[in-house]
Amino acid sequence: MADIRNNFVGIKSPNPFWLASAPPTDKAYNVIRAFKAGWGGVVWKTLGEEGPPVVNVNGPRYGAIWGADRRLLGLNNIELITDRDLQINLREIKQVKKDWPDRAIVVSLMVPCEEHAWKAILPVVEETGADGIELNFGCPHGMSERGMGAAVGQVPEYIEMVVRWCKANTRMPVITKLTPNITDIRKPARAAHAGGTDAVSLINTINSITGVNLDSFAPEPTIDGKGSHGGYCGPAVKPIAMNMVAEIARDPETHGLPISGIGGITTWRDAAEFMALGAGNVQVCTAAMTYGFKIVQEMIAGLENWMDEKGHASLDDIVGRATPNVTDWQYLNLNYVAKAHIDQEACIKCGRCHIACEDTSHQAITSMVDGVRHFEVIEAECVGCNLCVNVCPVENCITMEPLAAGVMDQRTGKPVSPVYANWTTHPNNPMAKVAAE
Amino acid sequence: MATGHFKRGIAGGRLSPEQYADNFSDLHPPLDHHEALVESDRCYFCYDAPCMNACPTSIDIPLFIRQISTGNPIGSAKTIFDQNILGGMCARVCPTETLCEEVCVREVAEGKPVQIGRLQRYATDVAMAQDKQFYARAAPTGKTIAVVGAGPAGLAAAHRLARHGHEVTILEARPKAGGLNEYGIAAYKSIDNFAQAEVDYVLSIGGIDIQNGKALGRDYQLSDLTRNYDAVFLGMGLGGVNALRADGEEAQGVTNAVEFIAELRQASDLSSLPVGRRVVVIGGGMTAIDAAVQSKLLGAEEVTICYRRGQEHMNASEFEQDLAAANGVTIRHWLQPKRVIAEGGKVSGIELEYTAMDGEKLIGTGERLTLTADQVFKAIGQSFVPAALNGSGALLELEGGRLKVDAEGRTSLANVWAGGDCIFGGDDLTVSAVAQGRDAAESIHRALTSNGRA
Repeated sequence: MADIRNNFVGIKSPNPFWLASAPPTDKAYNVIRAFKAGWGGVVWKTLGEEGPPVVNVNGPRYGAIWGADRRLLGLNNIELITDRDLQINLREIKQVKKDWPDRAIVVSLMVPCEEHAWKAILPVVEETGADGIELNFGCPHGMSERGMGAAVGQVPEYIEMVVRWCKANTRMPVITKLTPNITDIRKPARAAHAGGTDAVSLINTINSITGVNLDSFAPEPTIDGKGSHGGYCGPAVKPIAMNMVAEIARDPETHGLPISGIGGITTWRDAAEFMALGAGNVQVCTAAMTYGFKIVQEMIAGLENWMDEKGHASLDDIVGRATPNVTDWQYLNLNYVAKAHIDQEACIKCGRCHIACEDTSHQAITSMVDGVRHFEVIEAECVGCNLCVNVCPVENCITMEPLAAGVMDQRTGKPVSPVYANWTTHPNNPMAKVAAE
Repeated sequence: MATGHFKRGIAGGRLSPEQYADNFSDLHPPLDHHEALVESDRCYFCYDAPCMNACPTSIDIPLFIRQISTGNPIGSAKTIFDQNILGGMCARVCPTETLCEEVCVREVAEGKPVQIGRLQRYATDVAMAQDKQFYARAAPTGKTIAVVGAGPAGLAAAHRLARHGHEVTILEARPKAGGLNEYGIAAYKSIDNFAQAEVDYVLSIGGIDIQNGKALGRDYQLSDLTRNYDAVFLGMGLGGVNALRADGEEAQGVTNAVEFIAELRQASDLSSLPVGRRVVVIGGGMTAIDAAVQSKLLGAEEVTICYRRGQEHMNASEFEQDLAAANGVTIRHWLQPKRVIAEGGKVSGIELEYTAMDGEKLIGTGERLTLTADQVFKAIGQSFVPAALNGSGALLELEGGRLKVDAEGRTSLANVWAGGDCIFGGDDLTVSAVAQGRDAAESIHRALTSNGRA
């Protein structure tokens, strides 16, 4: 049986599934329910500084987009950090940690960008016995207007400064949570690394408007006729999050920096993909908010089954395994040639491959052969783009078949070269590197 | 179970009022909003969609389904009505399992087609509930057209002609318009007086005058029409019912299935409608199924369909056969009627002969079977009655016993078009009648104008 116990920057948990800092982790009641359901850890919803707590809107706090059967694909929220009293949160954290010593409790923090504010909060959190802290540099709405959250996360110098203060003032591991609302995720990651962070976690939510009410002409969610951009999360953001995780994992400056992966993780497979790209563990929110805490049971069993099936003994066997295969476009093998192939037995003749190729691509799929409805790839036209595979409603009906070296590519009229060759040496590249004489 | 169930002979009141109401409720209940969204999402929006090609009226099915999925049921209804103004009824009565849904790629792939018929009903119901009218009449052309028969073919023709600015008069023999939509389909396929609601919806365009109780050959002649109108469209359907060719078929209790079906549709109180305790239906088409199932639903204890060929030869679709079986109707094959047995002038049974194929020919084997029955329905097909055409009939060429028309619906007589069940070469489907009426109307329009220009 695969061992899925997790050790993330020294924080131990029975599995790599943590609940992200968000509404599900705002109070002891929810967190205890999560632990009973089997979650390995939680990042307690962000605490602010001592004093009157923030207030939230009392209208809708969430917006969403759905698939056809109301399957929730993307969620956005405009909720702020905890609106409960700091002391109540601290008392509850201490008690829950005491009652659930094998589970990870990390406390998310967001206080003004001043050293004394951080110096003030760190010891009181430390006193709870929490396993670590997560710096919320990602919250994109409300708090950012007050110079916190994403307002810090968008300025690498601030990130480095605050991380340094925290590292200097606590023995707890520091996880820096990054905002995706920037152009290059490597910059804030490098800054956090330079400040001495123990890990980064990403992504926080993405600035978004989920819809526009076409009667009132107001954005969703609408509060008394107005709306504000909220943070987007859920399955829809997973591809964006995975790219950012991979970018940090393969960046020479941050390579090896532990990453807690976040962004649309809904199933064990999502989690395994994040971990393969370099995440040491994962954090989940939207899936739990959609289906309840029980989903973790599927995630645990699914991950274990897959690891057993593939012979992976522990998480160390899978974390980062896909990272070396993420590369820059310029290094992709231009001599690799694949052609689409349609399995005529599996084909249901919907014609979507044809019309997609005919209207928008390379006119490489027939619709009629000898007067009969028939969809077949014209190899002499096929560039191997994969669009037909993606639009085909039948799994594995259309596959991309690589041409073996030496086989004639009917499109170019040339045999497939056995040699790896990329853009850096391509004759059409004016910047091509010429091999040394 | 009400005691009336076992009343001997042909009797009404076999069931409780609740059972009648339950038995004759909607066969396919309408999809609600969410169901329609989920079902519409199953459509793959196929290229050159097979469903569209299978539809006799060529409705752009992928487009109307996509319009439902995007929250535009009104636009969806227009896509349907553009091709088929009786899209509401066709959604209810089309044998979709042998048309659009049979060729749906999801039927091919997984045996579960997109429920095109129910989606079509959803969209058309939304539009009709709002009485949303999509078509305005063109400027008046001053041309007048007579339409014989207010069935699907006649209504479709009339609507299209009215759209083009012509004045249309429909002459209908029955007291109500609608033709087989009103008189000829099982009650559970069209509840809440939908046929009349649809007639009203079609007529809303204006320029169509329906005169009821006007039968061709009885109240007027074809020559009157050709003389008084610029063009004539014949859509009078089939007036005759084929005989059993069995001895004693004049006995009391031997009834035409089409009359039974019509009577049932018109009945305001189903409990007053008498039906036999043991019913035998002779035939293998939709009419046989409709009569048999409804007999059962009216409380008949035992209903048997006897068809003279095999299951694979039945005109009734597989769905219809399953429907009959699910309702407790027994379908027996390879049996032909020989003699109706009567006691005191009333049916008491029917003697049948087993049949077999002798090469290409169907023959009786000589072996006989007697079934107890107090009611026998004849459902062995309807026939065109050319006598109504009277003197003009000589000028109208027939083919296979029905009117001969060309691809545009023109008969052999100048300025006379025809469509629906009365023409040769059709498939006796509502949707085909609509297509023929619509296309004949376009042909008439072209003929009366200069290539469509007034």
